Formats: sequence, structure tokens, C-alpha cells
Amino acid sequence: MTLERVISINALIEIFPTLFQGVKITILVLLGSIVVGYFLAFIAGFCLLSNNIILRTLTRFYVEIFRGTSLIVQLFWLYYALPMLFNIDLGSNYLAGVLAISLNYGAYMSEVVRGSIVAVAQGQREAATALNMSRFQRMRLVIFPQAVRMMLPEFGNYLIQMVKATSLVSLIGMKDILYYGDRFRFSEISMTPIVLFLALVFYFIIALPLIFLTRKMEDISKKGVAS
Amino acid sequence: MNWNNDLFFQALPFISKGIWITLSLTIVCYVFALIFGFVWTFLKRIPNKAINWVVTWTMEFIRSTPPLVQLYFIFYAWPEVPYVGMTLSPFTSAVIGLGIHFSTYISEVYRSGIESVDKGQWEASTALNFTTKQKWTKIILPQAIRPTIPMLGNYLIILFKEVPLAATIGVVGILHLAGDFGSQHFRNIEAYTVVALLFLLMSYPSALLVNKLEKKMNMKFDKKATNGSKTLNDSEGAVS
Amino acid sequence: MVDTVTSEEQTANVNKGLDPIVKYENVHKSFGDVDVLKGINLDILPGEKVAVIGPSGSGKTTIIRMLMTLEEPTSGHIIVDGKNLWEMEKNGELVPANEKHLRQVRGDIGMVFQHFNLFPHMTILENCMTAPTHVKKMSKKEAKEQSIQMLEKVGLGDKLDNYPNQLSGGQKQRVAMARALVMRPKVMLFDEVTSALDPELVGEVLEVIRDIANEGEMAMVLVTHEMEFAIDVADRVLFLDEGVIAEEGPPSEVIQNPKNERLQTFLHRFLG
Repeated sequence: MTLERVISINALIEIFPTLFQGVKITILVLLGSIVVGYFLAFIAGFCLLSNNIILRTLTRFYVEIFRGTSLIVQLFWLYYALPMLFNIDLGSNYLAGVLAISLNYGAYMSEVVRGSIVAVAQGQREAATALNMSRFQRMRLVIFPQAVRMMLPEFGNYLIQMVKATSLVSLIGMKDILYYGDRFRFSEISMTPIVLFLALVFYFIIALPLIFLTRKMEDISKKGVAS
Repeated sequence: MNWNNDLFFQALPFISKGIWITLSLTIVCYVFALIFGFVWTFLKRIPNKAINWVVTWTMEFIRSTPPLVQLYFIFYAWPEVPYVGMTLSPFTSAVIGLGIHFSTYISEVYRSGIESVDKGQWEASTALNFTTKQKWTKIILPQAIRPTIPMLGNYLIILFKEVPLAATIGVVGILHLAGDFGSQHFRNIEAYTVVALLFLLMSYPSALLVNKLEKKMNMKFDKKATNGSKTLNDSEGAVS
Repeated sequence: MVDTVTSEEQTANVNKGLDPIVKYENVHKSFGDVDVLKGINLDILPGEKVAVIGPSGSGKTTIIRMLMTLEEPTSGHIIVDGKNLWEMEKNGELVPANEKHLRQVRGDIGMVFQHFNLFPHMTILENCMTAPTHVKKMSKKEAKEQSIQMLEKVGLGDKLDNYPNQLSGGQKQRVAMARALVMRPKVMLFDEVTSALDPELVGEVLEVIRDIANEGEMAMVLVTHEMEFAIDVADRVLFLDEGVIAEEGPPSEVIQNPKNERLQTFLHRFLG
């Protein structure tokens, strides 16, 4: 177990392609979670603002349950418990993973959607009413465009959180980056430091564009919002 | 519906035994993160561009990579690292892993707290000829700490929800016990439902408390928002 | 002590051995590409009251902020009581001053700010006591006595246990003055101390400054827009324009009989 062995070129040549196999799954889970997560966030965000008390209460219930428990618990529940409970098989661990991550972050982000709309509406409603806009026009033309800008920085932060969350799907048997990184532990234990470190680097490389995107979103959000 | 009440009430006391471990891991991690957060904040204030760059990107790296992989690294890989490596218990590994991960967030909270103190406070303390140490201890920190308390509270709750990750490296908290119970009885519904309920029972009231604290603080300090870009201050966002 | 000091009398005073307490020697200051001050030469005598007037952006505030060490000059020297403020001697060479040196020299200077800058987490009395106890190592008892005395002098003896946010702007500014006075500086700087106040609160603050000025022993530099007040209190008025002292002299000359054309336009806006 010498330093040379641990970071030898040969070892890298062996590790790199193995880990790379996992990138595809990680990115597929990430993309699925982003699409479903943001979709849920907007739907739930608007439901939280609805005049319909039943809709509002049910949505609040969903949001608090998913914000109040751990993602890993939700994932296990969806994967192990739900199929048994209702005899629904989610069919694949991909579906369970994407559903857990997007339900969790959808709940957090619905609060961002709600909060931004409320914040913009407070200041702009009167001006929009003075221009004799309908409720729908007010939302579509005045409030929503500004609220979206306000949501951007937080949305960016949650993107990075979701990248990190994808690593959990290795626990329900998906072959993502962490799965391949962890496999060396059983075959060549002396290589685990470099393998797991490389796995971290892989995740960082996926997160890096999102980090810059978030910074960009912060700049955009600073412009064009009535204070 | 395939639900077994008896099993649920059997699982409840069995899994609840893990609360103690889960809570103590949360607290120890939190204290570790609070202290380590100071170290980052201090390092970032060193007026040297190279050091600043290294510290900033190290923090960014830790913050944007999965804590689960970091836990694996510390528990499985660290003992294999030549010269400096050593075997750590699951609990210690979790404290170091989650503690360091969260310290990068905590450090942002500290930074936003320090920046929330008006520039005029520094100037007034220079005009009164305070030493650098006195400026920090008498003037800046007493004002910087208070607005960060709700944010720090939020992070305690977020951390609490991340702690079950430690089950994957063998810390026997509630999630781990639920796994044990599930495999003993060949069914997972009741056990994982108990875990979900326990978390909800503990974290929801705490979240309400922090919200209340936040409103109280906002009334006291109607100052510029300490809204750091990298902090998750609005609602407790997950970090996993 | 010194009522009106014409430039001849000034020279006379110096000859008599009354050295300036503050001396600016060809001081320049730029912020990035902008040259704010382009060579300031200025002597302030012990006990002298100097008013600095001029259009906004002329660098008035920068002059006193450099003396308080809140801003570092780009070039030139500032001498306080014979000691070089921004440089110190090390192995026979002049090097940029360190924090220790700055602390030694600026002990003679005090400042009152436009936005008060009271410490919000301390009561009025604590605001005044904290520097004497920790900086001057005065006993708590003595610091308290002197603080109360100063607060009574500015008319706030009944507010000792209040917090800053319970006071009006005028009261806050009077506390800020008491806080600076307890440190017994030889030179006190006033940075547009009335411009953040509602018009009806300006009077009470100027009244306190007038009282302090009448006591005489402390030199004062007032950056101000209150022309009538400057005429009343100052021994000397400086008109700062485009980074230089464009005109100076007793208020009777500078404000009431200005020669500089830009000064005339400037004053016209204030005095009508």
C-alpha cells in the first residue's frame, strides 16, 4: 500500500471508464428530477395560493410532510413500503428515485414559488388594478414575470442540491457514479481513496455548470424586479 | 391495503430506541459544524488572493458534492490513505463528514451576519480608537450573531434530516433500526412509516419554533436582509 | 481662546510657539481613476474652529475621514501633534503605519458621523462608557461619572438606560457627540452631522455644537451645509472645489464677501 500504487496511471486508466459508466444514470436521474420537480413546484406553489380551501389544505399537507421528513426516508418508503402497501409497483427503481427526489424538492420549491408571487403581488397589485387588468392578466403580465426572476437564485441553489441528492439512488440498486465508485471497495480496497475521490470530482464536474448558472441567475434576478 | 397494525406497534418501540443515537449524532455534528464554520470564515478573511481562491473553491467543492459520497470516503477510504489514514468508527466518520459538509453552509451564515453589520459601526469603533480585537468582541460580533440565530436554527433542522444518511455506514440510528426490523419481519411498510412519523414529529414542531424565532428577530432588527446567495435561509432546504 | 484668526495672526501664533495640532502637507487622494483631492495644504491650530464648505463631491468629507484614518491618502503627509499619522519610522526609514501606530496617533482625534453610528446593542450610557473603559482603561466608576456628565451636558441625562432606536434623530446625534466628547480629543471632526436630520431637529444639534465651541479648548473641523451656523461658530472657512482649497479666510470674508466666482454661485444657492 504505497503512494505509487494508489495513484498509479494504470489504476486511473482502470477506474475512469468504470466510474464513467455511472455518469449516464446519474444524469438521467437528475434530468428526470429537475423536470418533475419544477413541474410539481409550480403546481403546488399555485395550489398554495388557491382560493379553494380544500386544495390549499391538501397541498399544505403534502408540502409539510415532504419537508418534515428526510429524503432518504422518503426514498426508502417509496421503494420498499409503497409497493407492498397498495400493491402498486412503481415498476422500476428509476421511477422511485426520480419520484422521491422531485416530490421532496418540489415541496421545498413550491414555497419559493408561493413566496415570490406573494412578495411581488404585494407591491404591484394596486398598479395593475389601476390599469384595469383582470386577475388573470395581472398574474400573467405583471406578477408572474417578476416573480420568476425572484425565484431564479433559489431555484439555482436547489439544482445543486438535486445533483447531490441523485447519489442516494445507489442505495436502491441503481448503477450511478457512487455505485461504481463503491464497487472497488470489494475488489481492490487499496484503491478506494482515489476511486471515491474521483467520484466526488465527477459529481463536482456535473455541479460546476450549475454553480455558474446559479451565479448568472443571481445577476438576472437583481435586475428587473420592483423592490 | 396491506397494513399490519400489530407490526406497527411492535416496530414503534424497537425503532424509537434509535432516537437517542440520531439526536446525539445531530447535536455533535452541529457543534462540530459551528466550530468548523468559524475556521472557514476566518480563512476566507485572510487578505491574500491565492489563499482566498483555494479556500473558496475547496468550500464550493465540499458544498456541491454529495454528503453520502463524502461519508463513504471518510469511512471506507480514509483508512486506506497512505501515511495519514486511520480507521474511524461509523459515528466519528459521520460527525466529521456531515460536520464538514455543513460547516461550509454555516460559514456562509456567519459571513452574512458579519456583513449585516453596518459599515458605520466599524467606522465609529475606529473613531473611538478600539483595538481590532475590541472591535470584534465588543461591537461587531454582538450585533452579527443575533440575526444569524434563526438561520442557524434552520440548519439544525436540515442537519437532523440528513443524519439518517449515517445509517449507510452503520450508525445505528432510527433508519438503521428500521432496516433491521424490516429484514427480521420480511416487510418494510410499518418500519419505514414509523421512521417517517418520528421525523415528522420531531422536525415539524422545531420548524414552527424557528419560524417564530425568525419573525421575532425580524421585528427586532428591521435591517437589510442577510440574504446570502449560498445560504438556504428561506424555508429549510434540504442538502442531501 | 482664539476668536478670529486671520492668516497674518495665524503666522503670528505659530511664531509665538503655538504649533498646529494638525498639518496637511500636499495631500492627494484618488478613488480608482477619480482624483478627489489634488494637493491639500492645511494647518489647524489648537482650539481653532474650521468650517469646510463646498459642493457635494468636492472631497470635503474625505479630508476629515483621512484624519480619522478611515481613508488612506494616496500621497502627502498628515501630521498630528508633531507625529506623522500615516507613516512611521522603522530602522531609520519611513514605512506605512501599522495599526499600533495609527492607534497611538489617532487617540487625539474624535469624530461625529452623519448617520450617528451609535451602537444599537448598547444603552445610551453604555455607548458613552465603552470606549473610555476599554480604550482609555478608565475605571468603570469614573467612566460612568464622566459619561453621565457629558450626557447631561447634551441634555440627555434622563435617557441613560434607553437604547438608540428609542430616540429621535436629534437625540441620537447628541448622544454621538457625548460619546466622542468623553474621549476628550484635541481635535473633533463633524461630518455633515445635521444632514440626516429632519429640519425641525437640526436646531437642537447645532445648539450643542455651539456650546462645545464656546468652551474653546478643543479644535473642531466642521463639514457642513449650514452657512449661517458656519459664520457664527467658525474662526476660519475653507471653500473646497474640485479637489483644492479654492478660498479660505474668516467667515466674514469667505461667506459674506466671496471673491471666487464658483464660491459666489455656490453660496447663492444656500443663502439666496
